Amino acid sequence: MADVTFTVDGKKLTAPAGTLLIDACRAAGIEIPAFCYYPGLSLQAACRMCVVRVEKMPKLQTACTTAVTEGMVVSTETDETKQARKATIELLLGNHPLDCPVCDAGGECELQDMTFKYGAHESKYVETKQHREEQKWSPVVYFDRPRCILCYRCVRVCGEGMDVWALGVENRGVTSVIAPNEKDHLDCEECGMCIDICPVGALTSGTYRYKTRPWEMNHVGTVCTHCGDGCKTTLGVRPTDDGVEIIRGDNRDKSGINGDFLCIKGRYAFDFANHKDRLTKPLIRQADGKLAPVSWEQALDFAAKKLGEIRDSRGGNAIGVIGSNRTTNEETYLLQKFARTILRTNNVDHHRTADYAAFAAALKGHAGREASLRDFLSARAILLLGNDPTNQHPALAWQVRTNVRHNRARIYVANHAEVKLRRQAKAAVDLPADAYASFVEYLAGKDGGFEANDTSAAFRDAIRQEESLLVAFGSEFRGRDILVLVDFGLSLPNTKFACLGDYANSRGAADMGLLPDLLPGYVPVTAAAHFAEEYGSALPTQPGLDLVQMLDAAGRGDLSALYVVGSNPATRYGIDPSALKNTFLIVQDMFLTETAALADVVFPAANLYEKTGTVTNTYGDLQLVKKAADKSGVRTDFEIIVRLADKLGADPKQLVPFGKGVRADFGQTRGAQSGEADRHAVWLAANHLEPKLSPFDPFAILDEIQRLVPAYDVPRLNLLTGNDEHLKSELVQIDASADRRDLVLPSNDLLYTSGTLGRYSAKLTEVVESHTILMKPAEAAAD
Amino acid sequence: MATETTTIFSPELAARFDKLVTQYPVRRSALIPMLLYAQDEVGYLSPAVIAEVAVRVGIKESDVLSVLSYYSLLRTKPAGKFNVQVCTNICCMLRGGNELFEHCKKRLGVGNKGVTPDGVFSLEEVECIGACSWAPAVQINYDFHENLTPESMDSLLEDYRAKAGK
Amino acid sequence: MAFLTTHPDVVPLISYRFGKGATSIDKYLELDGYKSVQKAIAMGPEAIITEMKASGLRGRGGAGFPTGLKWSFVPKQSAKPKYVLVNGDESEPATCKDRLIFEHDPHSVIEGTIIAGLAVGAKMGFIYLRGEYRYLLKIMEKAIDEAYAKGFLGKNIFGSGIDFEAISHTGAGAYEVGEESALMESLEGKRGIPRIRPPFPAVVGLYGGPTIINNAETLATVPHIFRIGGAEYAKLGTERNGGTRLFCLSGHIEKPGVYELPMGYNLKKMIYDVGGGIPGGKKLKAVVPGGSSTPVLLPEEIDIGMDFDQVGKAGSMLGSGGVVMLDETVCMVEFALRTMKFYQHESCGWCIPCREGTDWLKKSLTRLHAGGGVDKDIDNIKYLAENMLGRTFCPLGDAAAMPTIAFVQKFRKEFEDHLDGKGCPYHHSLEHEAVLA
Repeated sequence: MADVTFTVDGKKLTAPAGTLLIDACRAAGIEIPAFCYYPGLSLQAACRMCVVRVEKMPKLQTACTTAVTEGMVVSTETDETKQARKATIELLLGNHPLDCPVCDAGGECELQDMTFKYGAHESKYVETKQHREEQKWSPVVYFDRPRCILCYRCVRVCGEGMDVWALGVENRGVTSVIAPNEKDHLDCEECGMCIDICPVGALTSGTYRYKTRPWEMNHVGTVCTHCGDGCKTTLGVRPTDDGVEIIRGDNRDKSGINGDFLCIKGRYAFDFANHKDRLTKPLIRQADGKLAPVSWEQALDFAAKKLGEIRDSRGGNAIGVIGSNRTTNEETYLLQKFARTILRTNNVDHHRTADYAAFAAALKGHAGREASLRDFLSARAILLLGNDPTNQHPALAWQVRTNVRHNRARIYVANHAEVKLRRQAKAAVDLPADAYASFVEYLAGKDGGFEANDTSAAFRDAIRQEESLLVAFGSEFRGRDILVLVDFGLSLPNTKFACLGDYANSRGAADMGLLPDLLPGYVPVTAAAHFAEEYGSALPTQPGLDLVQMLDAAGRGDLSALYVVGSNPATRYGIDPSALKNTFLIVQDMFLTETAALADVVFPAANLYEKTGTVTNTYGDLQLVKKAADKSGVRTDFEIIVRLADKLGADPKQLVPFGKGVRADFGQTRGAQSGEADRHAVWLAANHLEPKLSPFDPFAILDEIQRLVPAYDVPRLNLLTGNDEHLKSELVQIDASADRRDLVLPSNDLLYTSGTLGRYSAKLTEVVESHTILMKPAEAAAD
Repeated sequence: MATETTTIFSPELAARFDKLVTQYPVRRSALIPMLLYAQDEVGYLSPAVIAEVAVRVGIKESDVLSVLSYYSLLRTKPAGKFNVQVCTNICCMLRGGNELFEHCKKRLGVGNKGVTPDGVFSLEEVECIGACSWAPAVQINYDFHENLTPESMDSLLEDYRAKAGK
Repeated sequence: MAFLTTHPDVVPLISYRFGKGATSIDKYLELDGYKSVQKAIAMGPEAIITEMKASGLRGRGGAGFPTGLKWSFVPKQSAKPKYVLVNGDESEPATCKDRLIFEHDPHSVIEGTIIAGLAVGAKMGFIYLRGEYRYLLKIMEKAIDEAYAKGFLGKNIFGSGIDFEAISHTGAGAYEVGEESALMESLEGKRGIPRIRPPFPAVVGLYGGPTIINNAETLATVPHIFRIGGAEYAKLGTERNGGTRLFCLSGHIEKPGVYELPMGYNLKKMIYDVGGGIPGGKKLKAVVPGGSSTPVLLPEEIDIGMDFDQVGKAGSMLGSGGVVMLDETVCMVEFALRTMKFYQHESCGWCIPCREGTDWLKKSLTRLHAGGGVDKDIDNIKYLAENMLGRTFCPLGDAAAMPTIAFVQKFRKEFEDHLDGKGCPYHHSLEHEAVLA
């Protein structure tokens, strides 16, 4: 719409006609207070805090429902508006329990702030206050009724935002109350959005309530370790006797790619870090067959000695390496570099949850065709093939719903299951589970393979009329099916794609070359010249064994050593323990997983919240991971790999070329100059930060990644300030025609599971136990 | 929705409901009349009533609860066979509404929203019922009784008690 | 049964058919029924609205907005169906006029609804009655059935080629639903929470379609306007306040009842002449001129004409036509309390000032009346009411605040007389306090 000019507090402002006055003011730095107004949700005009004086209007007007018009003259802070707000607060405080000292929201409460600002310091209320007992609505949601100011934000975010509609209002007048959908408890997706959005302490979190005062925490913005969406989360942390613990996860600053959104896992499932079974000491299998704690030196010496012996006697091909879906790009990259240059093997793989290699091959040479998670918020049309975003990619589902609500985006769903996003769909097609490939051919115009009907015909017509389309597809698509799908998409005018994989850095694992045939950036191992040059050593040029082949080889006695980093193949692939009895097994993990229990050496590893680096979400959005927590005794996977290399006699500076790149000291805010690296490292370590300009500096590896993987050569500044950078995924060298085994094994995680990690989250376990309805029987997922 | 064999309502009411939902541009518009008519027949809005009404109008039970808890004529607990609703709002108050209510309390032996042990009467103090020029007034179920005195109230209650016996 | 009370000054226009058996359609037809709608069909939409504007009819629900003007706001073209909505949720304390219309002349409501539909191109009308008016719902349903049977409703009404459907609908106990947008929510099967405006119902109303919503008396008046002509109708009243209206006299008055009197009729005359004065030779203490939400008038303020403008000038409102007389025995604190108790009970709870304000005021007035008041209570009551006024989401907050401010301003001494543990100086038993609490 055309811009209009209007005056607020004497300032001339311009905004598109129809803009809400409250938004126009906020955009111009004029803060208008509001409890019920929340950007992106429907309007209420219920709290009356945003009242302003608009000239020529008889009464004060609510800025949240007033659209700006040409020539409008507005005063936002006059004696009259101040008095109105003060009175509203006084009315609210009437029956409000003034239990601020013990209230979770104390210190970050919007009602407190407004009370302070508008000076409602004199208590006029002398009537009896109505007390009501606190209610537990779910393992994660508690409700304290007298604190509720009835702003209806929770009702709207649950209904409009989440499409769950678990919260409503009952009764009338002063007895009005927010009510859960199951009388005394909630049947919902447990996202906790209602808690974050609550301006006061009426809705409190099962994990956080009564744990601390907000100002006793430090707040670290990092990336969630669970699914492949890569939501930004702000972790509230505080020191403990043995490190730094996380006590809260939220996204109130809305700074990330996920905007307002976090699901249950991002918000609550950080508690695995404090699980009593957390490993804090290295373990070595003793003569009696039992694992016993040893020192780091002992464990590293032992592991390196055995690895070195096997490498030197049987060659690198006798060693296998399995990496993780949850370690950083730098760690993952480092692991493959370690495997290829020091262990001299291409037997490198990971648990693959999507066929990113085939996706990369299909997109090769097509610039700007990969969709960011952000794109789903504004796309005009979205085709969703397979997958169940509500369960598997909750942030994607949020973006899609929001887009439909705000922009009336057209959603097309083709699925074999009754996925919840069908509710937002303009058109939906039921597919047999094995018909995805033939359906895409059908969309592309090849009739015959797919059993078409009127619905599918209308669906196809609608899709083909779209002028721009985002196509998101699940692990139902692999190998050549992806190529066919991308080719179809590219035949339409403006199509972007998203390949949906399961974990926080599943994409990074593939991008960083945790594959037997591909180096970082999908460079075939047969064409590794520039890698060899950078690494300063020859690389094995024959493709190695993939994960299944490695396990088979171990079973045959042909794999003498297996180094498993942050993965649990024993459960995921159902390994018979006896299959590994002749293999020297090194596992680094947080817990004594089924795989670790079989190991000869176990290194206690840090998790994603305890380290710095980058991760790549399934959409190719690169983000910075910042160290938030710490646990004494554990080491990052990065450090363990470097130390192991060191013990193997490798030059750490060769493995981690710190100081080489011009960018290495970006992100370093104080302290070290050249030559002070060691001293600086000591200071950083003492402050729970990652060392910089040292062999343990992940940014040195990021430098190398950016030199060698063109897709990752994105501007660093934005990344370091916590923003996402979209990869240039067209810049890969993979041979699109090569026929590869995809080996994709979907994790089948749902909203309340997260592989092996999820099993160590007490909160997720509690929620799973409390739920009977939403849970579908899921395999004990592992990873 | 065709009249189901599983309905908890009488065949007549079920048939009426079948028609009611088709009369409006949207099904949900039938909700409030349906709740009131169901209450008239069943006596109150029991969980079974709420469940069936939710299905009939095509909304969730929690939404039905949210709506019904807003309207003061709708109740989720049984009342007496004859619900004596005494208006004490301003016009009735000026002409003895409070005294009439006090009188009813004594006469029936119950307080506000109480039900007599025999289940014949319940008593309720209500807001203006639109009988202001004929105050004080009560409504017994839906029947208006106006220009009352404690004495005429007594005979009125007697009449109703006699009806209950039949 | 409710009867219309007569007096020589009564102008039987709306009440023309009252007591004459006009609930039957044959009787209604005999008494000029359904002639106006046929006249309106012949006139066409623009002439209907012109006639309505000429009549000077202003909304009888309380706000007094010119009806013809309201109708003219409905857009001619609309993608969504248009509707006519009859607000028969009569709930303002002291108001019992619509009840008489439904009881004695239901067809006039139907006829007015059809005319409104003709004026704006609506094809469907809803007659919303408050839940307590069950016997009227039955009368209304029967009248609608009769009108359908005659072909006055349904397809091709009066052979005009125009279709018009009408149904009656019951509420279930909520004063707030009398607010027009809340009524639409209620009719859509939701909680009676008002809607944000703009958009106004004339543009986006029931089911999102342009909607005319008028008070039952307003629409029942419409056929009479077409019966006698807009200009003639206007002449019955005063300037900018056309016609007659039903006044409901109640409280301490010798002859309580509903009287149809010309707009602008002198209030003092209404009380002492039409109403027969105050019973028992007692002195008049105060008059609530237009339903419980209107600021109270003192005896020296009642020599005014009862139209929207004159009562407004006197510092109160004509409102819904409910005139309540209070004699010298009335405790104004108790009266203020009972008024506030009503608004507290009926507040929908949506917005903070109304929800919290009515509850706080009810509690403070209860305590004050029972003798637990302290000095600052009186100012605080006024402060709270003043800070609700004009700040709430819908007019209910104003309806609670306006009379309260007037009670404190005009009867401050009586409030003070309750302080210092003295309690109510009038004759009320303590048992009674418990009722009010």
